[in-house]
Amino acid sequence: MGSQMLTPAERRHQWRRRLTPYMFLVPALLVFGIFMLYPIVSSLQLSFESQLNPNSGFSFDNYRRLLGDKVFRKALTNTVFLLLFQVPLQLGLAMVLAVILNNAVLKFRTVFRLIYFLPAITALFAVALIFRLLLNDEKGLVNYVLNGLGIQSVPWLSNAWPAKFSLITAITWRWTGYNMVIYLASLQSIPDELYEAAELDGAGAWAKFWSITVPMMRPTILLTTVLSTIGTLQIFDEPYLLTRSGPSNETLSMATLLYRTAFQSAEINYASAIAYVMVLIIAAFSLLQFRLAQRGED
Amino acid sequence: MAKTKLSDDFMPKPLVSRFQRILIYIVLVIGAFFSLFPFYYMFVQASQPSSEVLRFPPHLWFGSSAWTNIKGLFANGFGRSLFNSAFIAVVYASLSVFIASLAGYAFAKFRFRGRSVLFGMFLLVLMIPYHVTAVPLFQLMSKITFLGNPTWISSYQAVILPALANPFGIFLMRQSMQALPDDLLDAARMDGAGEWRVFTSVALPTMRPTLAALAIYSFMFQWNSFFWPLIVMRDKAMETLPVRINALVGLSIIDYGQLMMGTALTTLPIMMIFIAFQRQFISGALAGAVKG
Repeated sequence: MGSQMLTPAERRHQWRRRLTPYMFLVPALLVFGIFMLYPIVSSLQLSFESQLNPNSGFSFDNYRRLLGDKVFRKALTNTVFLLLFQVPLQLGLAMVLAVILNNAVLKFRTVFRLIYFLPAITALFAVALIFRLLLNDEKGLVNYVLNGLGIQSVPWLSNAWPAKFSLITAITWRWTGYNMVIYLASLQSIPDELYEAAELDGAGAWAKFWSITVPMMRPTILLTTVLSTIGTLQIFDEPYLLTRSGPSNETLSMATLLYRTAFQSAEINYASAIAYVMVLIIAAFSLLQFRLAQRGED
Repeated sequence: MAKTKLSDDFMPKPLVSRFQRILIYIVLVIGAFFSLFPFYYMFVQASQPSSEVLRFPPHLWFGSSAWTNIKGLFANGFGRSLFNSAFIAVVYASLSVFIASLAGYAFAKFRFRGRSVLFGMFLLVLMIPYHVTAVPLFQLMSKITFLGNPTWISSYQAVILPALANPFGIFLMRQSMQALPDDLLDAARMDGAGEWRVFTSVALPTMRPTLAALAIYSFMFQWNSFFWPLIVMRDKAMETLPVRINALVGLSIIDYGQLMMGTALTTLPIMMIFIAFQRQFISGALAGAVKG
């Protein structure tokens, strides 16, 4: 349709139609540009300015310092350690509960689903404070129960390994139900015929799980893995409040180190470099998981 | 859900034996116990006098100091924090849902230059940890001076604005708006409705379930949020609940009874909303994951 065929009124109308989507996007783009895009770019710029000598131009000082920083290395290994234990534990538990709950003959399924999802709506700071009481070294309930069973008290929050374990427990409690609900929805979209066919072939529950459920749920499993990985790599509230990053930085995470560097030591350039290394690590882990999932499909 | 009902009716014989079923219930009940017990313990400790919270052996039943703890909390500025949290969460939820529905509508129902680039940009940001923005945002907030404040540090807008263009919300709204038939919108246009009318009186009303789910999700996100308010709310009068409670943890003498009461009072509203709007909550959680 040639535009010369249009009357001025029609042309004006067409103009308005063309402009409309941009008008709808203006508020989102404005907020996004000022409060997301600008800080993201500005942070990158800050990370390439020397901490000691901010006006000296482009510099790799912060990244060089980061390479030799033992505290950062500790925060990184702590966070990756959390990730390696906590993600499989939490997703595995979620899968077991989802498969059990998916059983149509069970009663009270919605009640159980509600109960398991409840921790996922709780503020992270609340989770941390409740577990701080439960796991208190001298007077916590967990040690009281252990004592009752004839086991000595464990220094849950003041000793390196138990503190890491406490952190994993609190995070698992918070997120298992969330992932379970996602798995449950995904399980319900698998056609029953697949299972019926497998039963005719004489497949047991275990065989059905590995040959039907897992392959059918691959996209969901991948997605929850990536989401939990990103979440754990950014973890802040739990180590900040539950273990106060202690003892002696044993539960320091990358995000708590970032907070400490930026807002307690006021080293904003160095903190920005930490932030960007976090971005790189998160991107690398996500990419790796997508690659592994793709290879698994071949 | 409907599918499950169907298989209920068609089930000729139980797939699991009676013994297996009992075993499954035992596992589920143990799981439910671990899921619920920390909440119970929180409420129990919230009702104890401060000196009794860390008693050995620990209390397992409610004490009589709930009211004393509440009074103590409110004497410590808890009421103000409660108002701050509620105000911020309500304003944030309304505005962010509105902005997301506008943007989602544009992405779903119009073809225009730059559409995929802009949409991709929003999605990319989902991958970037929000901690990255903290330092420049703090600098920005201390530089902005208009709207009457000397700076925006410790202001409501400092907490509300940064996450207002929520990529997850935009994504969710685009997904549901795509299901909206174009014919419906065109019919309204034929009737002479302007684009804004088409959006507000045709598109939006059909989106109610999604809008509700997103609003609840956004409210909860902001109500529970800790990292950014901790950084930017430096004035006691402007603290949100998590920040106020964190300040209680930092005191030299920690009043554990008050601390747990504060935690309980922060958790309770969300629990009540959750039980009332269970379906919306869960569809909010699923929308992020399954439909993606």
